[in-house]
Amino acid sequence: MYDFTFHRPTTVRQAAGLLARNPEAKLLAGGHSLLPVMKQRLAQPSALIDLSLIDGLDTIEQKGRAVVIGAMARHADVAKSPVVIAAMPGLASVPGSVGDPQVRNRGTIGGSIANNDPNADYPAAVLGLGATIITNKRRIAADDFFQGMYTTALEDGEIIVKVSFPVAKKAAYEKFKHPASGFALVGVFVSKRGSDIRVAVTGAGSNGVFRVKSFEEALKKRFAAKSLEGMSIPATGMNADIHASAEYRAHLVGVLARRAVAKATA
Amino acid sequence: MSATGIGAAVRRKEDIRFITGKGQYTDDVIRPGETRAVFVRSPHARAKIKRIDTAAAKAMPGVVGVLTGAELAADKVGGLICGWMIHSKDGSPMKMAPHPALAAETVNHVGDAVAVVIAETQAQARDAAEKVKVDYELLPAVSDPAKAKNGPQIHGVAPKNTIYEWSLGDAKAVDSAFAAAKHVTKLDIVNNRLVPNAIEPRAALAEYDSGTDQLTLWNTSQNPHVARLVISAFVGIAPEHKLRVIAPDVGGGFGSKIFIYPEEVVCLWAARKVKRPVKWTAERHESFVTDAHGRDHITHAELALDEHGKILGLRAKTIANLGAYMSTFSSSVPTYLYATLLSGQYDIPQIYCEVDAVYTNTVPVDAYRGAGRPEATFVVERLVEVAAREMGIDPADIRKRNFIKAFPHQTPVIMAYDAGDYNASLKKAMDLADVKGFNKRKRESARHGKLRGLGYSTYIEACGIAPSQAVGSLGAGVGLWESAEVRVNPTGSVEVLTGSHAHGQGHETTFAQLVSERLGIPFENVSIVHGDTDKVQFGMGTYGSRSGAVGMSAIVKALDKVEAKAKKVAAHMLEAAEGDIEFKDGKFTVAGTDKSAAFGDVALNAYIAHKFSGQELEPGLKETSFYDPTNFTFPAGCHICEVEVDTETGKTEIVNWTAVDDFGTVINPMIVEGQVHGGIAQGVGQALLEGVVYDKDGQLVTGSLMDYTMPRAHDLPSFKVGTTETKSPSNPLGIKGCGEAGAIAAPAAVINAITDAIGSEALTMPATANTVWTALQRAKPRAAA
Ligand SMILES: Cc1cc2nc3c(=O)[nH]c(=O)nc-3n(C[C@H](O)[C@H](O)[C@H](O)COP(=O)(O)OP(=O)(O)OC[C@H]3O[C@@H](n4cnc5c(N)ncnc54)[C@H](O)[C@@H]3O)c2cc1C
Repeated sequence: MYDFTFHRPTTVRQAAGLLARNPEAKLLAGGHSLLPVMKQRLAQPSALIDLSLIDGLDTIEQKGRAVVIGAMARHADVAKSPVVIAAMPGLASVPGSVGDPQVRNRGTIGGSIANNDPNADYPAAVLGLGATIITNKRRIAADDFFQGMYTTALEDGEIIVKVSFPVAKKAAYEKFKHPASGFALVGVFVSKRGSDIRVAVTGAGSNGVFRVKSFEEALKKRFAAKSLEGMSIPATGMNADIHASAEYRAHLVGVLARRAVAKATA
Repeated sequence: MSATGIGAAVRRKEDIRFITGKGQYTDDVIRPGETRAVFVRSPHARAKIKRIDTAAAKAMPGVVGVLTGAELAADKVGGLICGWMIHSKDGSPMKMAPHPALAAETVNHVGDAVAVVIAETQAQARDAAEKVKVDYELLPAVSDPAKAKNGPQIHGVAPKNTIYEWSLGDAKAVDSAFAAAKHVTKLDIVNNRLVPNAIEPRAALAEYDSGTDQLTLWNTSQNPHVARLVISAFVGIAPEHKLRVIAPDVGGGFGSKIFIYPEEVVCLWAARKVKRPVKWTAERHESFVTDAHGRDHITHAELALDEHGKILGLRAKTIANLGAYMSTFSSSVPTYLYATLLSGQYDIPQIYCEVDAVYTNTVPVDAYRGAGRPEATFVVERLVEVAAREMGIDPADIRKRNFIKAFPHQTPVIMAYDAGDYNASLKKAMDLADVKGFNKRKRESARHGKLRGLGYSTYIEACGIAPSQAVGSLGAGVGLWESAEVRVNPTGSVEVLTGSHAHGQGHETTFAQLVSERLGIPFENVSIVHGDTDKVQFGMGTYGSRSGAVGMSAIVKALDKVEAKAKKVAAHMLEAAEGDIEFKDGKFTVAGTDKSAAFGDVALNAYIAHKFSGQELEPGLKETSFYDPTNFTFPAGCHICEVEVDTETGKTEIVNWTAVDDFGTVINPMIVEGQVHGGIAQGVGQALLEGVVYDKDGQLVTGSLMDYTMPRAHDLPSFKVGTTETKSPSNPLGIKGCGEAGAIAAPAAVINAITDAIGSEALTMPATANTVWTALQRAKPRAAA
């Protein structure tokens, strides 16, 4: 790790100010994506702006027909939040499936989606529920937010403040864990909110999280696992590495989507 | 059996220290004025070093010194060696290439060290290391052992990158056995390369005392005396009596800490040069590219059988990848620790094995938990299982038909098995595993869309690695005995100095159990001292499950001498003839009387020496023994693995595991069970999860724990563990050894189970979900046809 200065603002405004004055600075949330790359000396921020002392950034609440989760809410807290579990157990299971207890007790939703790791779990839920990302500047729809591996719509100096998830009647997540890292080798989130049906896939695509329109169309006819029987997606555009071939990932998308729908309708 | 004697499940003494963070590992040792070393390593698999510019690094803050391979060579520091000579079929000696501790001319694998930066702090050393400019000229590399012979030649001494072409057995006799066979089973097998990944990374701390001209090395070693011997005799850093090697608490080794590595040599050399203690501790990514890897065989194997499934002969041809340099014992692993075990538990009349060892531009490969024996077991147990399936014989029956039943049994591949009862362990395992109920469970799984399979592994291993004369005749550069010194203190407490080394095995407990039982003194009054060449007389260290069979036997011999001497003292105290003194339960008694003396009193009298004259008897009560066994030991057993395969994802779940092992005498069943658990976990790791991947240019793709899958608790079921017992006749306690059994038995059991489930033999390790799914796709048409 190289030297850096360390700031601990107590308001989002202060944090934004610090960020504006230090173009090489990075926000620090749980540090579980940022610190490892700093330790490996692959990232060299001049300063870290720690968000953990900002009041109210980790609240989890139901607001009308939405579950709103603060950017600094830890994976473990979301996973066991009575609010989230009551509204959408399928959403709670997403952070519940992340890494190990240490990671879940540090990692945050804001850090996870800002980072947009192609194998991260949260992006599937955010896209799969059509959530809205609320920053210190604006509101961004999930469909516009994720822009390929490690790339998001966030602009310089923009801070995620919270994420608003519309409550879907049916929602579930199925994850096939990467054997070594525990991230999603493939993860599929499905939801049904009225006529809005979403199937979002993480881990599989070489360009990050994506929706499967053909599955969504099929599920519109009937939201049941049977509707996806025999369906799969093409292997082109899928990730291929030593852990899984593109064909295998494409195949898993079909299997996990069916299982997720079955779970959501159980 | 007393509460703390032989056979008691005594809790481990050392655990309080370890689990409360009070262990003293090499990195915990802090010497006044110590500096930190960071190595500059090659990012290339093979390259010529054209120039190294250290000026910028030397100017960095806190830098104490920057040293390169050229300086190491100028100081005439010797290279690292392989200490086991193997001769090729044609009689030529193995082609051992020079292995300088810092590369000066060429680098031969990613991670090969070219320079070392020594600074006041770790961060300063890292900063400065980034400023060392190395000008490389890239050379073509070869990482695939199958292509090594036709690849670019890595070392001048080894044309076709061939280290040796060795064979064992009678090729002609095997050919005739095959000619007479009714059935021949053929398999192509890859035994995947593994990274040991001990939880404590390797570390070295060297200190030079110019007043006494003495060097001290704290080191993560499984055998500190051997390290001292090699470093003084071959590397030539310091004469043996001027070098002290201390291996304090060591957090796991699995073989990888047997060997003498460049880093400890460089730290010793550098400590003298910079006149400060020098410490290096590997980071995990360095462990991946510097700790000797394990396995890495490519084998074609064939089994000849008659119409009843009786084995007539076995032949195997193996390419063994030894990596870029020959590590300390690398040559012995794919030869005398592998081919000699190809008879398994079976009476096989003829066996022939050829092994070609090759260089590649990869990390050196050497012994890793099981070392050669897992590879052999995998070959034999896969062949037997597949033969049974091909011939329509029950896999348990084919084993029973071929088991060796009479002992001693001379195999055609050197080993003389001395004791065992293979039927007993198979039967007990089948009962524990409820093999009878398997078909019902299989139907149940099918109802849930899962395929269930059952796999056996009736393994054998050879432990102890002895006697010295025998291993010497096979090329070993050292003797493989063990030593012990038993020091009885005047107050009756006992210190045992052992040449064995513990790095997780629990010797402080098991060795104390032995002494407590033999001397009839409380377990708490015994302490075990190991790992310091200034304290312990000499030792060959711990590997090959030898500490029980060889190390404890040395203690037994020393205890025999202590008892004999103590009887003499007691005779004087009790005014009786020495021959009338009996020793039992910690008491010396004059036979047929009630006159007695407690062990503690006798110890005191041995030291105060008031009851006898120095002419009659030497004072003191301390005895030493160097024990050389008469044979290897042959632990064996039967593991049964039951799996469920998810046909949609290819994911395998191990649903049942049964292990019945014959380890001879068991000193502490709890510790033995722990060893079995750990061994199985590593074997399952090899079978399902672990596997080193190099790309064709020699870059390590699985270079971190995010890509290299270590087994975790959730990958394993609860094990059913049992034992059978035939005592080893080759050592006084009848111990066989248990440290490697699980790792040896497990891979074949897992793969036999999965192939049983999916109905296809075309499955490579690690059998990841993707691999199994692919095999299922291929098997489907066959099943449909
Ligand atoms: C061993 C291990 C296993 C893991 N397994 C999984 C897994 O299974 N699934 C999974 O999804 N993830 C996994 N992770 C990642 C983990 O969930 C991370 O915590 C998460 O991806 C990042 O969140 P963080 O709070 O740690 O962010 P940080 O590491 O602190 O930050 C990550 C990035 O986001 C930026 N950032 C942080 N907060 C904000 C904000 N409010 N607004 C704008 N930018 C911000 C930071 O500047 C940084 O660039 C794993 C991590 C580890 C170390």
